[in-house]
Amino acid sequence: MAADFDIKYVAHLARLSLTPAEEQQYGAQLEGILGYIEKLKQLDVEGIEPTAHAVPLANVFRPDAARSSLSNEEALRNAPAKANGLFVVPKIVE
Amino acid sequence: MTLHQLTLGQLAGKIAGREVSARAAMQSCLDQIQRVDGELHAFLSYDASDALAQADAADRALASGSAAPLLGVPIALKDVIAVRDQPLNCGSKILGNFISPYSGTVVEKLKEAGAIVFGRLNMDEFAMGSSTENSAFGATRNPWDLSRIPGGSSGGSAAAVAADECFAALGSDTGGSIRQPAALCGCVGFKPTYGRVSRYGLVAFASSLDQIGTFTKDVRDAALVLRAISGPDPRDSTSVPQAVPDYTAALNGNIKGLKIGLAREYMIGGLDPEVSAAVQTAVKQLEKLGAEIVEVSLPHTDYAVATYYIVATAEASANLARFDGVRYGARVDGADPTDLYCRTRGAGFGPEVKRRIILGTYVLSTGYYDAYYLRAQKVRTLIRRDFLEAFEKVDAIVTPTTPTAAFKIGEKSGDPLQMYLSDIFTISCNLAGICGLSLPCGFTQNPKLPIGLQLLGKPFGEETLLKLAHTYEQSTPWHKERPPLSS
Repeated sequence: MAADFDIKYVAHLARLSLTPAEEQQYGAQLEGILGYIEKLKQLDVEGIEPTAHAVPLANVFRPDAARSSLSNEEALRNAPAKANGLFVVPKIVE
Repeated sequence: MTLHQLTLGQLAGKIAGREVSARAAMQSCLDQIQRVDGELHAFLSYDASDALAQADAADRALASGSAAPLLGVPIALKDVIAVRDQPLNCGSKILGNFISPYSGTVVEKLKEAGAIVFGRLNMDEFAMGSSTENSAFGATRNPWDLSRIPGGSSGGSAAAVAADECFAALGSDTGGSIRQPAALCGCVGFKPTYGRVSRYGLVAFASSLDQIGTFTKDVRDAALVLRAISGPDPRDSTSVPQAVPDYTAALNGNIKGLKIGLAREYMIGGLDPEVSAAVQTAVKQLEKLGAEIVEVSLPHTDYAVATYYIVATAEASANLARFDGVRYGARVDGADPTDLYCRTRGAGFGPEVKRRIILGTYVLSTGYYDAYYLRAQKVRTLIRRDFLEAFEKVDAIVTPTTPTAAFKIGEKSGDPLQMYLSDIFTISCNLAGICGLSLPCGFTQNPKLPIGLQLLGKPFGEETLLKLAHTYEQSTPWHKERPPLSS
């Protein structure tokens, strides 16, 4: 399975730009880690329920009531670029 | 003994008895930081005037009759917990000049208990690492030997408490990030049961594994701080609605008849002989104090590291998607949004974070989800079941916290898999969602480095762990030893 690990493709899925040197280094390291992880295939997990969460909690509800939250100004306080109370991003639609 | 060397409990008593002012206590920490932190690098930053203002407010509160349990006690935080109007970087460049717009629940709770909350403690970037070498702001050093790592990811928290720069610290533990550095720096590290402490205001790494916990100089201090920060929180729907006991009431020294499990799978090759000897001596001591030692089996132990590095990286790849250069943090401009995301993340994240995001993205990607992620979640069920079955026979399980004492800076940083394997004893606890602590149980001879004993407990079995740990601690000299740097 690890043999068809395509680091360029996965890095694109993760929206990470990597230099060629990084691709080579992380690619080799991750091959080793994936090789180690293969050991999970030794186990028979037929009929075992997956655990997503270790504490068995049922749905947690609260009253559907309006509550105060961060102001627009506070929410934008750390924005790298902002204007007119909005985040500024590169053009999305031509 | 000088002021900064007191335990938190001793200091709180002296402040309440008006023998020491909160301002003097805070100043003693600032002086100690000034003296040793240039070499140690536990703190990324701290706001001295804010800390002293909080101290003055505590002294005024005392004068007007406040009996808050942690009144005037300085407590520092790992750089992953939000404090309103303070910087938050998670040891990463990608957050830029981020200033928190709100405080985490644990911060509010500490302040309600009267504590002075100050400082940002160094950590592996986004809590990913076991040595604090992955901080974008430089490594923290071990106060017992400055050529060695303090452990990680909460290395700054452990080093600061061990070097008496603060009276306690908070950290986060996703696979051992509290217990492992506590062991390597010689302090007490407590990872509560998942859901015991609210995660609101904790930057998420792996949400189903992350838990906030404490670094303290002794077990009583752990009970005091844990009581202050625990409890359900409407802002964290995974916090468990269970009453918080007075943990100090459990510290009665009576462990007669408690059953402690010794897991045969944890007696592995690669365990350092001095660590092994110290742990065996500690087990005998617990037996002498009245506990009954029972052999137990955790048959899926050998699969824990592989399971963890699938589950944790998968969750991290999703959680860290929010760092995209749009709403906060550093930005590298691009021709279109995708280009902006890729460049920002490529420039902002360090190597270990990139590796883990790539691994996590891969195990969740089409065609590989069932083979990796779903399979790991099933093995997680088996690991959790091992513990629940063992806990039908015993009240706690004892293990070494780490296979070796602190290693040298740079020794493992080139080989991520070797670094991951050093987490072998701590990782299962998070997968199972149970509680665990590490406390000092001896030293290696040459060089003199702390060794940690790990106790693992049932879900919400914090009181039993504290009772066992406290009884052991009070019968041994280890917690009284201070690193040469402290005095």
